[in-house]
Amino acid sequence: MNYFSRQLYVLLTIICFATVGCSTSTTQDSSESITTIEDTSVATATVDTEPDPVPEMVEEDEVPVNDAATVFYFEFDKAVLNDEARAALMQHAEFLKANPASIRLEGHADERGTREYNMALGERRAKTVKEYLVLQGVAASSMEVISYGEERAASFGSNESSWRMNRRVELKN
Amino acid sequence: MTISKKLKIFSIQILLSVIPLSLLFSTDLSAELVIKVTKGNDKPTEIAISPIASGNINLSEDLGLIIESDLQRSGMFKTIPRQNMLAYPSTPDDVYFRDWRLLGAEYLVVGSIEQLEEKQIRFVFNLLNVNLQSDLIQHIVEGNSDQLREIAHRASDLIYEEITGIRGAFSTRLAYVTAIQNNNSLIYELKVSDADGAQEKLMLRSTEPIMSPAWSPSGKEIAYVSFESGRPAIYRQDLISAKRQQLTNFKGLNGAPAWSPDGNKLAMVLSKDGNPEIYVLDFMERKLTRLTRHFSIDTEPTWHPNGDRILFTSDRGGTPQIYELELDSRKIRRITYAGNYNARPSLAPDGRTLVMVHRANDVFHIATLDLKTNRMLELTETRLDESPTVAPNGAMLIYATKQGDRDILAAVSIDAGVKYFLPLESGDVREPAWSPYLR
Repeated sequence: MNYFSRQLYVLLTIICFATVGCSTSTTQDSSESITTIEDTSVATATVDTEPDPVPEMVEEDEVPVNDAATVFYFEFDKAVLNDEARAALMQHAEFLKANPASIRLEGHADERGTREYNMALGERRAKTVKEYLVLQGVAASSMEVISYGEERAASFGSNESSWRMNRRVELKN
Repeated sequence: MTISKKLKIFSIQILLSVIPLSLLFSTDLSAELVIKVTKGNDKPTEIAISPIASGNINLSEDLGLIIESDLQRSGMFKTIPRQNMLAYPSTPDDVYFRDWRLLGAEYLVVGSIEQLEEKQIRFVFNLLNVNLQSDLIQHIVEGNSDQLREIAHRASDLIYEEITGIRGAFSTRLAYVTAIQNNNSLIYELKVSDADGAQEKLMLRSTEPIMSPAWSPSGKEIAYVSFESGRPAIYRQDLISAKRQQLTNFKGLNGAPAWSPDGNKLAMVLSKDGNPEIYVLDFMERKLTRLTRHFSIDTEPTWHPNGDRILFTSDRGGTPQIYELELDSRKIRRITYAGNYNARPSLAPDGRTLVMVHRANDVFHIATLDLKTNRMLELTETRLDESPTVAPNGAMLIYATKQGDRDILAAVSIDAGVKYFLPLESGDVREPAWSPYLR
């Protein structure tokens, strides 16, 4: 038992008692409404008093959490990672090395330009992500690259704000 | 189509994400392409199509109107409205040429339909030169009574060719892909219609993307890319039987199929060796040959009409440009230099007019490049234009563009003089592919 949990336990005990002490109950089945004030006394604990021992507890196994971004964005006709994407991918790499899993890297393009060229561009973007993760030590065999080109837009508008959302690679489990 | 047939198709669809459908099943007629002419030829030829006499035969289509619409769409003709006509002759003997001269008609078509045996009909028509008062052609087209549109298009082909000297392409078809929002997902459909957008038929429906339809030179099959397995793969499908075959199953890209002019080979893009390269699959020898070797993107192969060269898009020079690969020597040379985005090449049947997607001032247009004179011509004024496909007679091309946020199809003549839209009533329509001549 560490110092912090002991303090927390004491504090919780105090709050618990204090709350019970303040509560009131109302009887409703009587024609006259009678309110009985319960015991409102407050006892004071002192650190000299021997507290009850901390109850036994089982600690749950740690569930690994990876909250890094899973969508990485690109410039028009480019497959260069920006700083934001690099930082997120670094986090993914650390996570994947500690928790090996298969992932799928889906490359996309905006609607401008020709469809088959955009298929190739989407693949190039997804491969850039894959290569970056390989450099960080992630097993290449655990990653699948697939391009959807401009066939699966994330945003359907025909303007720069939509196009920006569509030039992307999505990392999926 | 009856409701029970529709329900039957729907129930099959729940079991399978993809179903090839026989062309016998036509889809909802309201979803057909609607043609709007936005720009026509400056000096169109004036022609009158006298209503076709059909006696007491009950016909579901007005042949005269179909012919009128075909000729108008070409941009080279102006038709005389029926209400202005003084008489409706159906044989050359009934024609008073003076009446038609007064209306300004240079040519006149008269004709009649008669019933042969059960369901067989015969269309006899004459094309007359009004000024010369002469009979140019008489022709007979026979067919089933459910082929009235085909019969009319065949007549349009002959009339067009007689007057312009160019073979008509009204009896051809279009293939295209539609994407329609259904709840929160898209339904992709590969469809085929007549060149005028009528008689739309469904070839394949999928919840995963369908791309890049390409006609076989015979006009009997279409190759395309489908993601139905979760990854792109190339398939070929027979139009009449709906029988289909998966042709590739490689890791990475499997795309941009293009049939050789003799129909024995299929050029395609595969990235199985690391990055997108052009390959050719020989159907007879079942042999796959890699044609390009470069770390850049090589894609969108298209055959020269002679079959001895392949043009393709590559960004090996830093931006997407069009290159030509000679098949014997494997020599590659760059074709386009103007602008920083030239892609998706295809050659008109003359082998000389290169059609492509060209970006100028951040706008994507369809452009042609004359390979002899090096003269470039921007054909379109719409935005985000792509997927140009040239008619087999080289007179028109159809391409995909945007109207607001919707994907639609539009057409333009190869000299940019004639333009029209073919919007779909609902949903997005894209990736048109104009069939070869079908006879």
